[in-house]
Amino acid sequence: MNDVRIEGDQYNDALRLKRTWADPTGVVGWFRHIDHKSIGRRYLLTAFIFFLLAGMLAALMRIQLARPDNTFLGPDLYNQIFTMHGTTMMFLFAVPVMQALGVYFVPLMVGARSIAFPRLVAFSYWMFLFGGIFLFVAFFLNAGPDVGWFSYPPLAEQLYAPTKRADIWAQLITFTEVAALAIAVAIITTAFKLRTPGMSLSRMPVFVWAQVVTSFMVIFAMPAIMVASTALILDRLVTTHFFDVEHGGDAPLWQHLFWFFAHPEVYIIFIPGTGLVSTIVSVSSRRPVFGYLAIVVSLAATAFMGFSLWVHHMFATGLPHLGEGFFTAASMMIAIPTGTQVFCWIATMWSGRLKITVPMLWVLGFFFIFIIGGMTGVMVGAVPFDLQAHDTFFVVAHFHYVLIGGAVFPLFAGLYHWMPKITGRMLSERLGTASFWLFFIGFNLTFFPMHILGFEGMPRRVYTYPAETGWGTLNLIASGGAVFLTFGVIVFLIDAIRSLRVGVAAGDNPWEAGTLEWATSSPPPPCNFVDPVTVASGEPLWEDPADRPIVVGLRNDVRDVLVTYVTDASPDHRIEFPEPSVWPLLTAIATSAFFIDSIFTPWAVVYFALPLFVAMTGWFWPKHPGETGTRVWPFRSRMLPKPNEPLPAGAVR
Amino acid sequence: MTFGSPWHSALNPAGPQAAHIARLTWILFWTTTAVFVIVLAFLGWALMRGIRRRRASAPPSSEIALTRSVAAGVVLTVFIIIGLLVSSIWTDHLLTSVHASNAISVAVTGHQWWWEVEYEDSTPSQRVRTANEIHIPVGRPVVLKFTSTDVIHSFWAPSLHGKRDLIPGYVTTDWIQADRAGIYRGQCAEFCGKQHAHMAFSVVAEDEARFERWLDAQRALATPPSTEAERKGQEIFLTRTCSACHTVLGTAAHGQVGPDLTHVAARGTIGGGSLTTTHQDLVSWIENSQATKPGNQMPPHSLSPEDLDAVVAYLQNLR
Repeated sequence: MNDVRIEGDQYNDALRLKRTWADPTGVVGWFRHIDHKSIGRRYLLTAFIFFLLAGMLAALMRIQLARPDNTFLGPDLYNQIFTMHGTTMMFLFAVPVMQALGVYFVPLMVGARSIAFPRLVAFSYWMFLFGGIFLFVAFFLNAGPDVGWFSYPPLAEQLYAPTKRADIWAQLITFTEVAALAIAVAIITTAFKLRTPGMSLSRMPVFVWAQVVTSFMVIFAMPAIMVASTALILDRLVTTHFFDVEHGGDAPLWQHLFWFFAHPEVYIIFIPGTGLVSTIVSVSSRRPVFGYLAIVVSLAATAFMGFSLWVHHMFATGLPHLGEGFFTAASMMIAIPTGTQVFCWIATMWSGRLKITVPMLWVLGFFFIFIIGGMTGVMVGAVPFDLQAHDTFFVVAHFHYVLIGGAVFPLFAGLYHWMPKITGRMLSERLGTASFWLFFIGFNLTFFPMHILGFEGMPRRVYTYPAETGWGTLNLIASGGAVFLTFGVIVFLIDAIRSLRVGVAAGDNPWEAGTLEWATSSPPPPCNFVDPVTVASGEPLWEDPADRPIVVGLRNDVRDVLVTYVTDASPDHRIEFPEPSVWPLLTAIATSAFFIDSIFTPWAVVYFALPLFVAMTGWFWPKHPGETGTRVWPFRSRMLPKPNEPLPAGAVR
Repeated sequence: MTFGSPWHSALNPAGPQAAHIARLTWILFWTTTAVFVIVLAFLGWALMRGIRRRRASAPPSSEIALTRSVAAGVVLTVFIIIGLLVSSIWTDHLLTSVHASNAISVAVTGHQWWWEVEYEDSTPSQRVRTANEIHIPVGRPVVLKFTSTDVIHSFWAPSLHGKRDLIPGYVTTDWIQADRAGIYRGQCAEFCGKQHAHMAFSVVAEDEARFERWLDAQRALATPPSTEAERKGQEIFLTRTCSACHTVLGTAAHGQVGPDLTHVAARGTIGGGSLTTTHQDLVSWIENSQATKPGNQMPPHSLSPEDLDAVVAYLQNLR
């Protein structure tokens, strides 16, 4: 696109633009990064490390359960490990890794120069990192949470969990809540206000829709767990009696609050996964995804329904039958929007010109596994069936089929699809295929037998089982499968490292995809787009380049960003974005100290208010006029050309 | 169709509830399997067609037929869901309908990590307290009343019925019935702490006459010691810490912390199913139960081997 350059025009100097948007370099500079690509990369990498750690914990559990009456792990360590595995996978891997993809790709896909609230996003990363470190340090100090990732009182109350373990779990939740909420706000704002001109809501990529829907779910679901975990900490620290039965508290209250958050949490994890599937199916089929509107409506419907299912985790508590019937109906109904999406993807392939690439292979794995998980999901929605399956290995099998099928397979598909954009280098087709088959076979070997174990009476969360139960063989098969699964991940890691060193250069658009993240170099420059393009369809890169006028009138000496209207993305005004800053980090340190200390003393709330006040004052300190050069807008008009209008002189084509 | 262990399997039902649920399970299984196969068949077809179209560089095909097919798929999904919903609610209705005036009533209380079982009776002296083993007469409904004194537990004997939680501060109820004699294993299904894995129980279903005999035997006071060793064992039991936690009716032992041991030798297992009531197992349990079931509330006891034998002899006499 940059074939014609107008010499000496300082306002269109790409180099100047890149310098304006570049993050500071050096060790100190590293702590001041706010570029969403830099933060997104860190987020992805950190979440992936937590995935590996939680995977290792899972391997330890599979060793312990491989044979009956095993003494490899004792109950104390096993209970810490399964709690850590669940907590890490849910809060430190699945949700953050999907949000990380959003942080990296949503601004690129909507053609924006930056994510909205970049400092808030940086703050979110630090909170996420510190929360994760806090949890694992506690674990290595033998203070890992051991009452399950659901932390039911009274078991999590002071009387039955007298050490700090349960507090550490509850406070980790606070860390991840803050981190997730910050990203949710940034993503919604980016998708609604920073889309490039021409990208009306009906042209917004499905993946961006999925991220928006997920972000709204985060905003509506997180307050419930925030109330619950705070109440639990208060019970434990200052002896309130929210869940304390002996003093008039109520134990099932926790379950309602927890599952009102934790059921939507499942959709928070797998809706971005379906967004990835839509993206990759469409690119591989070389056509826009079939039934765009149906898919977007399905995503929104899933999100709404996701909030009316929480009681299906509580069928065994003995609730009124009419209520149970309602929640059965709601649970089964979720199959309708999800089924709609599956049918649309099949229709896309059927009518497309399909190429089976490595990302597509992972998507096909997704179909196989996720549909099984969806089917068992319909089964456990039925109250009578759930009374048998609940809290058994059947449920362990079910949700691994849903979450690994619905999120991890699409995630690997997404990594193979997007890593070339992030690193500028292709991954290997051969290693990718090998990794896929190892992972796919290993997954089914590990988790399919668990369905049967559930029917045969094996409850979850048992650290061992007697030989006479007859569960030994299936458990051994499951543990054997975990070996394949491990090798699948190792091959992927080898592939990723190999690609970074000797991978084939990807070029701007290796998959010949249609969406805007491919309209810039790989990896993208700090400003994302030297010339932000306007769009006239959902897949602008598949249209005639002549229909893609570029955006002009943005300054290149300050971080100028174009804000557009929500529905039709017509230009609204410009806004100057903040510079890199160390204050998000300092604020995160102050907040973390506050959170961690408040599990030891309620006074932390009082005396950590001061450093927090200082840090946030630094963060929001207004800039002096002139600090970033002239404040005078050099152009006559603040309006941008409409698509297809002739460009003003001096614009770069 | 039945398979799975007759001892504890949701697919090998031994009572009406488990049978209703197993029937629903098979309805769900075959329906969802059919859907899975059909969807994958369509996926396979779409794959082959899409790849062929790429090779042939085929032009875009009609969207109208495709829209109709997808819409038909969605409508079909709705009907299948409604069908499954009806069968689920109907099964739920069957599970809760109990028409029996001859039901017996048993209160089950959860403890970390064992089950206290009390057969209710309007005459207090006719009540029976035992632990971890529930005897029921074949063919007669048994109403279970659940509660917990500490954390949440869940009662689950897969061959007989699904789960019911034992929640402190609440009394939940359910009923079970065995249609054939046998011993059915069950286990706590709600994570309840360190020894959640060792919180098993068994339901012993036997014919009416045997059940009545068992109940009468359980109502009796403990058998007095008859041999020298048993007498010595009883003395140790009453003078050392044992009686602080355990009850043996007919003696001064009235502890309420651990299971009632009045008829412990009549039971098959101890420690929530972790050991049996053989001499060797009892010795190892009393000496150091923490080795078998780390974290349980019973402390190790340093008794001389002779004293240990005496206590075990006394316990084994408590039939």
